[in-house]
Amino acid sequence: MEIPRQPAKQRRNNFGEVALGYDLAMARLEACRCLQCKKLPCVKGCPVGIDIPGFIKAIADEDMPSAVRILKQANVLPGICGRVCPQETQCEQLCVLNKNGNAIAIGRLERFTADWESRHRQSVPRLQTAGHTGKTVAVIGAGPAGLTAAADLARMGHVVTIFESLHTSGGVLKYGIPDFRLPSEIVQEEVDSIQKMGVGIQFNTPIGKTETVDELLEQFDAVFLGTGAGLPIFMNIPGENLSGVYSANEFLTRVNLMHAYQFPDYHTPVQKGKNVAVIGGGNVAMDAARSALRLGAERVIVIYRRSRNEMPARHEEIENAVEEGIEFMFLANPVEFKGDEKRKLKSVECIRMELGEADSSGRRRPVPIPGSQFEVQADIAIVALGTNPNPLISRTTPGLETNKWGTLICDESTGRTTKPRVWAGGDVVTGSATVISAMGAARRAAADINAYLISGGRDWANPSEN
Amino acid sequence: MHKILETRILAADIHLFKIQAPQIARKAQAGQFVILRVHDQGERIPLTLADWNTSEGSISIVFMAIGATTCQLARLGPGDSITDLVGPLGHPTEIQKFGTVACVAGGFAIAVIRPVIQALKQAGNRIITLVGVRSGDLMFWEEELRRDSDELVITTDDGSYGRKGLVTQPLKELLEKGGTINRVIAIGPTVMMKYTALTTLPYGVKTIVSLNPIMVDGTGMCGCCRVTVGQETKFACLEGPEFDGHLVDWEEFISRQSTYLDQERHVYQCTIGQAKEKSDQVG
Repeated sequence: MEIPRQPAKQRRNNFGEVALGYDLAMARLEACRCLQCKKLPCVKGCPVGIDIPGFIKAIADEDMPSAVRILKQANVLPGICGRVCPQETQCEQLCVLNKNGNAIAIGRLERFTADWESRHRQSVPRLQTAGHTGKTVAVIGAGPAGLTAAADLARMGHVVTIFESLHTSGGVLKYGIPDFRLPSEIVQEEVDSIQKMGVGIQFNTPIGKTETVDELLEQFDAVFLGTGAGLPIFMNIPGENLSGVYSANEFLTRVNLMHAYQFPDYHTPVQKGKNVAVIGGGNVAMDAARSALRLGAERVIVIYRRSRNEMPARHEEIENAVEEGIEFMFLANPVEFKGDEKRKLKSVECIRMELGEADSSGRRRPVPIPGSQFEVQADIAIVALGTNPNPLISRTTPGLETNKWGTLICDESTGRTTKPRVWAGGDVVTGSATVISAMGAARRAAADINAYLISGGRDWANPSEN
Repeated sequence: MHKILETRILAADIHLFKIQAPQIARKAQAGQFVILRVHDQGERIPLTLADWNTSEGSISIVFMAIGATTCQLARLGPGDSITDLVGPLGHPTEIQKFGTVACVAGGFAIAVIRPVIQALKQAGNRIITLVGVRSGDLMFWEEELRRDSDELVITTDDGSYGRKGLVTQPLKELLEKGGTINRVIAIGPTVMMKYTALTTLPYGVKTIVSLNPIMVDGTGMCGCCRVTVGQETKFACLEGPEFDGHLVDWEEFISRQSTYLDQERHVYQCTIGQAKEKSDQVG
């Protein structure tokens, strides 16, 4: 069933949530469509293994406290995942009803369940935690991976402290994803419920600077690294450091984390821009483009080197962007940022591309067409071409090995790094990926940390580079 | 929250704050900086460390109250707290026995070059300190600098104290003598650092500058502080803040630094200007 949304004309002028959510009647109607398959295909598509038919049945039975309990057993961040998970390539893709394009809207039901809990907090018992084990775990980073690992480990009875470099928790959920897609209050509520489980969070503490991993290993029995991939990738083309050229991380951090859209009440500024060019085709590019539009840009154009079919952004977000009036220029790639005499951005010089042979990702490789350069007027350009892991920890932690992309070498099934008593999961291992895949990795690592701690610590087998 | 332990006014609009921060004090080294946010609606701004005390668990920052954030900070006093303080960030100054080092400071950077001078002195260097200020009333810590340095030269733009003129003039004279300066370190306003680097370039003396770009997180996440150094892009928060001044693209750096001047003025007027007007009316 379609989800009610703010009309495009209205929402392009505000940072309020685009999708408005089901009411109970809509959620029940959708839940009643579920066939309750015995083989559980949808669950196989869920990186954290939610009992999907279970919570959907509870909605159909109008037993919302049970729906919440079942959901939160496997996922401590359901309000977040219900909004930002790519369900169409995971659980919903494997739904048997998807054969005729009519999959159950699992994500929307997940969101409904989480939102119901936030409105009826008293009627749902708190998540049970096991008796205290007396073991301590330091979790680095309060993003999706760190929060999930912390919640799981706390439930297993360990004493968990999260170390976060920023002044607030949520990581990319707060600094990256805009309020119109994921309101920061939703993130805060889910973080609050993890803190209520006894998890402590120490803010403003970049590990690798204020403290090192080795120092933490003296105070804690285990360390989990969920530091994400926060270092923006640039193109290394002329003019990239002109005033007016942003990384998507900077632009979104100013707008989301620092509330630049509420300037001057909040003191962090951002350039609003008249003509904004966004480089890239992923969800972050969509977020940046739609944020720029909401700040008041006259024209926002997304420049992507392949065609629409290869865009990694979620279909739903591309559609939302198109509806709001974002323009797209496919098969084009910047070759130079050009400035005026004051070194402020004036235009982006691009070259036309065509698609060649498929590359290792299976997508056809874009190839520049010689002599096809042209200029796009832009006073703001936002580079949204992905991120690499931050080197602060790997540089300051002897024994922690990385591969050539700067991601940590790690055993996929256990999250063990090359350094004893140090686990990792999420973007710091995979490079930038999804919230839910980070959460899945964190769950696997938490299970292995638990096994390690309660067994009193066995030999540490180093993972091999793959 | 970090408690302010002590505040002092060093010169007109130049404030020293000693702040409780045991974790930062424990790790601090010369040349590093902190990021702070005064309150929940504030900006995150970087400030270089002027001093730290591990036994007391405190750090000291020195700032000039000229922008919205620094003016809000200046209104606080002992016992007040600032919301967020992160550090120590950036690489420390490279400290080695170089021989003779000329330490060039401009404006309130007198305060932040002091730990650098002390560390270099301790490593066995001969220190010639050159300080340039607008006028004599903006000079502070003269005795301290004289004690820490082997030589101290003070210049003022208006000639009201020390030598009249720019700090690059005595630096040039030193370099003209030939072979006596092994390294130059400059900390202060961007224009002063740029001209220090231009002054030393013909003499081939390695010149380190401590850049102060706009930052948001200060840990490598936003890339706002990127600067072109010898054709390469560097994040000042991760790879700096100190770079070879002969390799910095100064025009680009100055342009990036001025990105938000209009907005800064606007916030200043909204927050500080109104308050000033009110107090003027009352006064």
